[in-house]
Amino acid sequence: MTIDVRKHDPMVEAEVQEFLRSQVLFRGPDREIMRYHGLAPLTEMERQAMMRTTDRLTKTVIRNRLQMIANESNEMLSHIASAPGAKWGDLICGVFTALGDLAIASSNGVLIFAALAQHPIKYILKYWKGEDTVGIREGDIFMHNDARYGNVHNTDQSCIIPIFHEGELVAWASSIIHEGENGACEPGGMPSAAESPYDEGLKISPVRVGENFQFREDLVTYFQNSVRDPKLQLEDMRAKLAACLRIRKRVLEIIEEYGIDAFLATMRETLEYTADEVRRRLAALPDGKTRIVLFADSTLRENVIAKINCTLEKRGEELIIDFRGSAPQFLNRATNTVLASLKGMIAQVFLNYVWPDLPRNQAVLVPVKFLTDEGSIVDCTPEAPNAQSMMTFFPAFTAVDHCLQKLLFNNLMNGNPAKASDVHASWWNTISGFIYGGYTQHGFYVGNITTDINGMGGGARWNRDGEPALNPIFAAYVDLGETELLEDELPFLCLSYRRLMADNHGFGKYRGGSGYMQIVTHKDTPLWGWMNTTIGSKFPTVLGLFGGYAAPTQPLCKVRGVNSLELLRNDSRLSAYDIVEIMNHKPFPGQYSTHHTGLQFEMVNPGEVYMQAQGGGGGYGDVLERDPEQVMADLQQGRISHWVAQNIYKVAYDPETLVVNSEETERLRKEERRARLRRGVPFQEFAAKWTRSEPPRDLPFYGSWDRPDEVYGGRPDVKMSTDSLQGIFMP
Amino acid sequence: MVERLIERITEYLDLDLENEVWCCNRCGHVLASAPENYKTGLLVYERDPREIHRPLLNEEEYAYTFAPDPNWCRLLEYYCPGCGTLVETEYLVPGHPITHDIELDLEWFKRRAEERERTRGGDEG
Repeated sequence: MTIDVRKHDPMVEAEVQEFLRSQVLFRGPDREIMRYHGLAPLTEMERQAMMRTTDRLTKTVIRNRLQMIANESNEMLSHIASAPGAKWGDLICGVFTALGDLAIASSNGVLIFAALAQHPIKYILKYWKGEDTVGIREGDIFMHNDARYGNVHNTDQSCIIPIFHEGELVAWASSIIHEGENGACEPGGMPSAAESPYDEGLKISPVRVGENFQFREDLVTYFQNSVRDPKLQLEDMRAKLAACLRIRKRVLEIIEEYGIDAFLATMRETLEYTADEVRRRLAALPDGKTRIVLFADSTLRENVIAKINCTLEKRGEELIIDFRGSAPQFLNRATNTVLASLKGMIAQVFLNYVWPDLPRNQAVLVPVKFLTDEGSIVDCTPEAPNAQSMMTFFPAFTAVDHCLQKLLFNNLMNGNPAKASDVHASWWNTISGFIYGGYTQHGFYVGNITTDINGMGGGARWNRDGEPALNPIFAAYVDLGETELLEDELPFLCLSYRRLMADNHGFGKYRGGSGYMQIVTHKDTPLWGWMNTTIGSKFPTVLGLFGGYAAPTQPLCKVRGVNSLELLRNDSRLSAYDIVEIMNHKPFPGQYSTHHTGLQFEMVNPGEVYMQAQGGGGGYGDVLERDPEQVMADLQQGRISHWVAQNIYKVAYDPETLVVNSEETERLRKEERRARLRRGVPFQEFAAKWTRSEPPRDLPFYGSWDRPDEVYGGRPDVKMSTDSLQGIFMP
Repeated sequence: MVERLIERITEYLDLDLENEVWCCNRCGHVLASAPENYKTGLLVYERDPREIHRPLLNEEEYAYTFAPDPNWCRLLEYYCPGCGTLVETEYLVPGHPITHDIELDLEWFKRRAEERERTRGGDEG
């Protein structure tokens, strides 16, 4: 801030400006840092190092060493940390330049965490480096978790340390874990009940929590005092520091072996090379625009239709991702996304799904321009809660991924000059796994999430089926964890776990990977509760590609008022292996019900049964082109029902032997094609009847309808211009 | 004459650069002018999404059944009028404007074809 006073008296003016600089009431998130996703300017030290280091082989060796450093520390962290997320892959480690750019992140883990650690480092450099009461010194330890300073949401906590060489700041190391518990209004760290940022638990701006490589015990105690799981807080603060120190040790070994110039040049050139290579690959894709509209069907508190409006424009070496016209932010719901979080998620489209061969750093986004409406669900303001940002940036991920496929197919057919991975339909894109809270059978108070969120079904590829329960869209290499370990540590029992569910994927010439069932109950605890944070119960969140169908919607199912464990113990004929069977045949007495999958924390009684399914991937291509033998294989493996084989795929077969009747199948499929021609309506005629001038009056629709500069706020008579968006306050 | 006059854009859509039209990859049926939305040349059928994603749970008893809510979501299927191939699907809120999902720069393809022709001529020379 500046103030225009007595322009003719420079001394007075300087005094006033210094007063204003030193008397800031609240520094808060920095707009300049948070909205920028390019590289920091080249430093003089880097420029000189790059001039002096020309040996490509040395730089290649160092780059590979840096990758191994990140991988080693990440692997180490997964073994010594305590959070369930850390054990099964919801973590990452990275090496950053002196000005805070992410140069290399570990191959395993959640890239978005590391991509978003650039912002707090840049904040520390801007605000704390020259601040007398803070500063940056060798041995300092910083941490943060607030997404408004760069993060996904505040259940993820960082450790950040500067790396000095001969008194000069030359790099940073960071490790980040999805910790789970953070003292929010609901246990488990991702409160969908939050109605403001202050309901979301610990909100740590970048803060120095230690010096001389040791934590300040008073601060550690303060953080422990603020969460439900103080052991976890302590253990993982220490574990993350150990990972950062391992990075520091290895970086200093590189400098010792190859010299500081070679290290600095490699770090900077890795970033610049990545950006250049992305430009080259983009140039190989067709110029043009692709578009998609997706609809997030829940705030996790109520069903709404929150539109994600996405246009991709590829022009030369640049990609423009335009989300303008998406729904306005919800001021008292937690499903809003900070712009930087959105960008971090989109970086994963490229580094996990399109170009996984590129160095894993933030420069992949340098040739990408983002267009958003400030105050929308994908670019929320600091007043909006964001603990459940995934509910809007996951659909945004799917939108960008889907739009890219429509440019990538032609590239694939032309020898793949853009070096992209397989063309594919959408992965399942939302975290279908239970969150829990309460006392364990060992007497500890806990709150966290199951690793089932990692089992998202893969989308169908252009030449083969999608894989079941493959990986989450936010990480390529993670694990689901062991059921026995879960049951050993926590008081819940998996009545049926990870059994693939029939018909729970997108159909097509190639089908999506299946989702699996989770049927849980609990015992041996005086206090236990479940929570669930998933969208997609009314409107599919995952699309098919090129004629393939979307994956179906997912309900939350409950059987309350019964102790199923007692009944199962006393009657060996009872079983509880399949959600559909349980819900339709009701093997136990009790109250059976289904719900949307946004469940606020709910206390439960022992033996009550909660069920949901992990979702599947989208399908690819026309179902009538699916090989009938593959349809039979699906039947044999329980991936589809006879109803789907006969009514969707139109295959004639012997239901006993599953032997295909080829001639009859051909006849059925020809007949279906003829039926399509009979029932299909010419486009213009159809569009004239179909298209409405405004959203249906009876649907809670949020976002643009027919023009991207005007959005609706839940009713046709509530609309506003995107240059003056008003946040929505839900009743 | 350039090297490639037909570009394959999706599993089922070809772009005929010489005549600047969208064609069906399976039967060659000319669908629409290339600068236009290819959907304008297709047949459209609106489905209750439950016809494909059938309710797995008893609909009469449960509010959520693994099937999309037909009051919130409709499934549009686009068929080639020549051969009945299902070219594309689209899930929309009832009455939501249909997307123009692929809008390509024809000149880019022509430039690439010419560049390839030049390169090939150079190699041969």
